[in-house]
Amino acid sequence: MPTDILLGFLLAGTFVLYALFGGADFGGGVWDLLAFGPRKAEQRALIARAMGPVWEVNHVWLIVGLVLLFAGFPRAFAALSVALHVPLTLLLLGIVFRGAAFTFRTYDTRGDAAQRRWGLVFSAASVVAPLLLGMCVGAVVSGSIRVEGRVVVSGFFASWLSPFAWAVGVLALSLFAFLAAVYLTHESSTPGLREDFRARALGAGVAVFVAAALVLVLAREGAPRVWDGLSRSPFALALHAATGVSAVTAFALLWTRRFAWARLAAALQAGLIVLGWAASQYPYLVVPDITLRAAAASPGTLKLLLIAIGAGALIVIPSVVLLFRVFRPRPQGMSAPHLPG
Amino acid sequence: MHMTDLLYARAQMGLSLGFHIVFAAAGVALPVLMVLSDWKARRTGDADYVKLSQKLAKGTAILFAVGAVSGTMLSFELGLLWPEFMGRYGEVIGLPFSLEGVAFFTEAIFLGIYLYGRERVSPNLHLFSGVMVALSGAASAFFVTLVNVFMNDPSGFVATAEGPTNIEPLVAMFSPGWPYQTAHVLLSCYQASAFAMAGIHAFVLLRHPGAAFHRKALSVALPLACVTALLQPLVGDVSAKHVAKAQPVKLAAMEGHFETARGAPLRLGGVEVPKALSILAFGDPDAEVKGLNEFPRDTWPPVAKVHVAFQVMVGTGSLMALLALVTLVYRWRKKAWPSGRKMMRAWLVSGPLGWVALEAGWLVTEWGRQPWIVRGVMRTAEAVTPVPHLAAPFWTFTAVYLFLGAVVVSLLLSQVAGTLPGREEKHVEGGEAHAH
Repeated sequence: MPTDILLGFLLAGTFVLYALFGGADFGGGVWDLLAFGPRKAEQRALIARAMGPVWEVNHVWLIVGLVLLFAGFPRAFAALSVALHVPLTLLLLGIVFRGAAFTFRTYDTRGDAAQRRWGLVFSAASVVAPLLLGMCVGAVVSGSIRVEGRVVVSGFFASWLSPFAWAVGVLALSLFAFLAAVYLTHESSTPGLREDFRARALGAGVAVFVAAALVLVLAREGAPRVWDGLSRSPFALALHAATGVSAVTAFALLWTRRFAWARLAAALQAGLIVLGWAASQYPYLVVPDITLRAAAASPGTLKLLLIAIGAGALIVIPSVVLLFRVFRPRPQGMSAPHLPG
Repeated sequence: MHMTDLLYARAQMGLSLGFHIVFAAAGVALPVLMVLSDWKARRTGDADYVKLSQKLAKGTAILFAVGAVSGTMLSFELGLLWPEFMGRYGEVIGLPFSLEGVAFFTEAIFLGIYLYGRERVSPNLHLFSGVMVALSGAASAFFVTLVNVFMNDPSGFVATAEGPTNIEPLVAMFSPGWPYQTAHVLLSCYQASAFAMAGIHAFVLLRHPGAAFHRKALSVALPLACVTALLQPLVGDVSAKHVAKAQPVKLAAMEGHFETARGAPLRLGGVEVPKALSILAFGDPDAEVKGLNEFPRDTWPPVAKVHVAFQVMVGTGSLMALLALVTLVYRWRKKAWPSGRKMMRAWLVSGPLGWVALEAGWLVTEWGRQPWIVRGVMRTAEAVTPVPHLAAPFWTFTAVYLFLGAVVVSLLLSQVAGTLPGREEKHVEGGEAHAH
């Protein structure tokens, strides 16, 4: 396989992982904002406990994807940085406030009022960031970012403020909320909490369905190439069919309260949605002016990058497995873990 | 290109880096101090060392989180502010960036285990996680410094009008001078953090002499502070000799040296030491040192700024080395770390010096490289984004940094306040009790 395609696959892989882990993390923030009912405080405590040990790791995927993009496909990185300067800057603000507020909330000892303020910053940023992330993806896919030579000629606003881009933003937000709610059903230590998040997961699942349908409808006008890809390429069709099946499966498993399996199906569904996005815009990195091949670094560089990533994976993968094993949800009846005192 | 937009872009990048390196440097060094205390706690069974390692772990958590978000910002800003640089040279220097990503990954993973896993993993795995955090922090700083080495002294490609060709990423990753600059940077991280920690505990000891916890904390910080403060001038000297060879314009600006001369004198705060510059730069009292006038005017860095920053770095570095020397002599003669008021005052005053030196040294490197983003190949003005109105993000992020900085300082102060004699009981248990 040519090195540029291989690296393209890896890039898509990091986006899948970021959607699964970072996405669930953002979704946790959404449910923190929307916590309600008699177990409001317990819901928030569960979110904080589930995220605490892993949130930093969940977001490293974004950095890895970014580095792969600029090291492997520098021209595309430069064009995207210019065309999406405004939403990326806003996204950055969201990421900064979210991460900082989450940590400050944990270590701020001034009492409940201060904690609540940090909690609000944290959850508001958790809503804004996925929306912007989705809008950037929508802009890339829609073909409204135009590049001539090395110069972006489509301006700094039009591409990401289209109805289609907004719809993708809403899809990302509801997908992340769905993922988080499903994950949290499995993390819950009491039946009450589990039911809370089951109801939220079902609701968010419906929202995902509505948003996906909206994206599809708007794609015909807003992203003609994606529409073509959807309706013509058999490979993309199969991918989308599999997404549909896993979505229905996740729903059914949630309905019948098989939470561990529901979690797997939901992750599969989200992963397939991201892969479906990647497949529908292939061979373009920035539709329709920059292909994967045209943006790729020299083959020698790509080979070295692949070697570095392989070596890194040998260290990182076992470590991530260890991390998630240490913090996997405990069987019922065991006491909740304690943060360092 | 609008000239003020270039200035705003440079100011935003400078501000972001200046903010980030404080947290990055602390993120490199604090885990070492944390592991040292943890290890001492396990060897002695002393409750104070346990508490110290927990305090340092909390400090590490706060600083790492802010370091991680500001680092994320920087990796975006590379593209947002300098797309032409990343578009052309991203592939040349992508390798060290990728390896830095790996190091950052392991750091985040093991920090999670260390902070939250104390009661879930075996003591050995816990300590191992701490060691991994310290190692990956150092690796991270090492790799990212390699990128800066490349920008100062690029290699591993052939420059053409269309951009770099014949790219050799491994050669670019280890551009000439890499051992000196990476050693200089890593030492500065440990030095700045150890001096700051010593300063904090010296401050408490001045008000509460004999507070056992703070005596022990000082005994963890002082060895690292002394060793790094004495090694740093040696490494700095080798580093300067390399700069003299590879970047004569930067050296001339550092020294405010305009006329090429043999046996050039060194100017330190108004005093001239004959022939000292020739010795410093080339190890030969009669060596020729090129002056700024030798180079075209439009390739000069901002001479006054570079010169002042260099003097500040050397001055603070010398003061710290002197204090380290006095402290070690005391330690050697009295068989104990100093605890008298005079010495505590000296350590208190020296607490911020490591950070001053670190920031000044970084300014010397970065201002000294101007007007180039990749020296001799691409000017900073060619690299900047075409996006207009860069004042808006600059002022926004300035406000954000000020706010984050203030919060971090107040959180760290409350961590220290919890250890003051007589205040221990009032200190609220952090962590889960409040994570709702």
